[in-house]
Amino acid sequence: MTADPQAATKTGYDAETVASLTADATAIMARYPDPRSGLLPMLHLVQSVDGYVSRDGILFCAETLGITAAEVSAVATFYTQYKRHPNGTYTVGVCTNTLCAVMGGDAIFDELSDHLGVGHDETTDDGAITLERIECNAACDYAPVVMVNWEFFDNQTPETATALADKLRLGDDVVPTRGAASVCSFKQMSRILAGFPDGRADEGVGAGEPTLAGLKIARERGWTAPSSGQAGEPVEPVETGPVGKPGSSAERPAATPSDTAVGKDKKPGEDAK
Amino acid sequence: MTTLTPVLTDTWDKDRSWRLATYERAGGYAGLKKALTMDPAALVQTVKDSGLRGRGGAGFPTGMKWGFLPPPDGGPRYLVVNADESEPGTCKDIPLMLASPQHLIEGVAITSFAIGCDHAFIYVRGEVLHVYRRLLNAVEEAYKAGYLGKNIQGSGFDLDVTVHAGAGAYICGEETALLDSLEGLRGQPRLKPPFPAVAGLYARPTVVNNVESIASVPAIVANGADWFSSMGTEKSQGHGLFSLSGHVTRPGQYEAPLGITLRELLDLAGGVRAGHELKFWTPGGSSTPIFTQEHLDVPLDYESVGAAGSMLGTRALQIFDETVCVVRAATRWTDFYAHESCGKCTPCREGTYWLKQVLHRIEDGAGQDGDLELLVDLCDNILGRAFCALGDGAVSPITSSVELFRDEYQAHIDSHGCPFDPSASALFPYTPKTRTPGTLAGAGAGGH
Ligand SMILES: Cc1cc2nc3c(=O)[nH]c(=O)nc-3n(C[C@H](O)[C@H](O)[C@H](O)COP(=O)(O)O)c2cc1C
Ligand code: SF4
Ligand code: FES
Repeated sequence: MTADPQAATKTGYDAETVASLTADATAIMARYPDPRSGLLPMLHLVQSVDGYVSRDGILFCAETLGITAAEVSAVATFYTQYKRHPNGTYTVGVCTNTLCAVMGGDAIFDELSDHLGVGHDETTDDGAITLERIECNAACDYAPVVMVNWEFFDNQTPETATALADKLRLGDDVVPTRGAASVCSFKQMSRILAGFPDGRADEGVGAGEPTLAGLKIARERGWTAPSSGQAGEPVEPVETGPVGKPGSSAERPAATPSDTAVGKDKKPGEDAK
Repeated sequence: MTTLTPVLTDTWDKDRSWRLATYERAGGYAGLKKALTMDPAALVQTVKDSGLRGRGGAGFPTGMKWGFLPPPDGGPRYLVVNADESEPGTCKDIPLMLASPQHLIEGVAITSFAIGCDHAFIYVRGEVLHVYRRLLNAVEEAYKAGYLGKNIQGSGFDLDVTVHAGAGAYICGEETALLDSLEGLRGQPRLKPPFPAVAGLYARPTVVNNVESIASVPAIVANGADWFSSMGTEKSQGHGLFSLSGHVTRPGQYEAPLGITLRELLDLAGGVRAGHELKFWTPGGSSTPIFTQEHLDVPLDYESVGAAGSMLGTRALQIFDETVCVVRAATRWTDFYAHESCGKCTPCREGTYWLKQVLHRIEDGAGQDGDLELLVDLCDNILGRAFCALGDGAVSPITSSVELFRDEYQAHIDSHGCPFDPSASALFPYTPKTRTPGTLAGAGAGGH
């Protein structure tokens, strides 16, 4: 008798879903020395099927990794990208961290919230949009920033953001400022985040204007970093003092507390004080 | 006058800058080819000699960090690249990986060879889809070209690279929380010692470095340590990405020698937005105490910024003009820290919660006399008592802004509200929506 994948699982997934999830989960676990490292991508994978971290998804991860459902839940609830309720087709995230907020992010969020009739982490009735306030998304030089399924929509205004939301609700393609040529669905995005690329890396630009601001000035004024010759003799670091075995980066074994103390995490720049 | 020094940024304006072929045409992978002919210990020494210090915030000397791995015992050793970039204001690693991921991949290969690692990880925050696509693609291209995989460039050196997407948690940028997260756990900081160099990923010797630190390695190896240290100041050497954002005419990335000043950078960036003047700024992200006009000439290197009472951090220069309410800024950053506190230790978990309450009531006009003392006292109870540096960072914007703008805080209390018009700070005109005080329908409702 061939093994029925469904028989081995307490999840409510049908056999086909179990088979494909299992194949993907196996590929995920193979990326790591320890399969447990695959849990975060596996939760993204579950969201690519269910649109959120479902009870079935939690059971699937637990069964696959041989851990308890409670252990999986503890991880899933820690991270904001794992959704406890079915997500809209698009997450529209407005950055309302200080810099974007001040530059107009607060106004954009308020306008969108009014326009869509939903608040933070709520989904429109048609299931198209889940609105979120998001934290700094490392695009402050493009403030105010809106992310749609974690693609960049830079330099937004209330008008551009509401027009964007309207298009999404109509099912029209929207084009990120820096990203793929169109925005994929929440489920498709989740599959990529699970580590299964969609072949669209070559779409879109390499950089927007702010990213190139300094470089442009350097080009105009003919500024370059010193050439290697300019800096005098290239270093031939041969005399290396006492070192570990060949192939080792160690100069000596970490034996004293002060050896290990150097790794002490500091707050940014603390050691400069 | 300090001139810009494009090194990491140098390929970013090329057509399809993210492709391996583009990178190779610009001289990419010369560093790796040279490195593979060198003794790994000599490579570590080169990076030490260069003076490269960690670009992720703490500024720890990179070569020294590598040197602290114990000698090989036959078991695995790991390199983990911290690509979690989430410190408010910080926006350098993400554009780097979008424009030129091969800079990072080459750095990963060289560093792994130097420290004896055959499996490296890049932990990228999950909220940047296209950057993740570009990284996965860059790794694939590098495998195909023989820069990763088995017997790299015929050297006998093997290396696998796994790009791992996080799932939204600022604390996972803290290196030990990152390791827990990479092991499939909640991302909470670990007790140190043991330090990652001794017991890191899977309790094995591990180097954790920032994206920009690792991406800086190829040029150091290709051009020599002296080349790198010919840039910058005596103790803060080399080039770094300075990220200007906010009320500045041309925000963006400016790659310059450490030690450049904000006055020089603003000059290049066209100054503070037209018709306005600088009020306050962060030298290195929201966790670094704020500066004002008085600090325009502080050299942006680790020592000088430290001596002036802040920290160089991630060189995230967030510029705020006179239209911005400092109470609003500090309150919003506090919402962030309260939300991102991992909950492991009481001073930070409870402290950030209370800071948030007090700041919101001041901002909403319900502040009471004594609230400023209460704020400072709460900060005192967090600083130095928290389990990791998130707690310390959380108090920086508050203590520094209360110190520099005490009158502005007091004015909120005395006049029962915020004297600023938020629309004056925005880049477009709008009419602020009226909110029922206390319900906080808008910003700061938290919960995200
Ligand atoms: C709360 C917190 C968040 C952090 N976030 C980051 C981050 O996103 N990226 C980063 O490189 N370092 C971050 N760090 C610093 C890391 O703990 C660590 O010092 C750094 O990755 C070491 O790399 P480096 O020596 O190359 O700078 C953070 C630290 C703390 C306390
Ligand atoms: S300081 Fe905050 S983030 Fe760090 S361990 Fe304590 S609760 Fe967690
Ligand atoms: S504050 Fe919005 S992207 Fe940084």
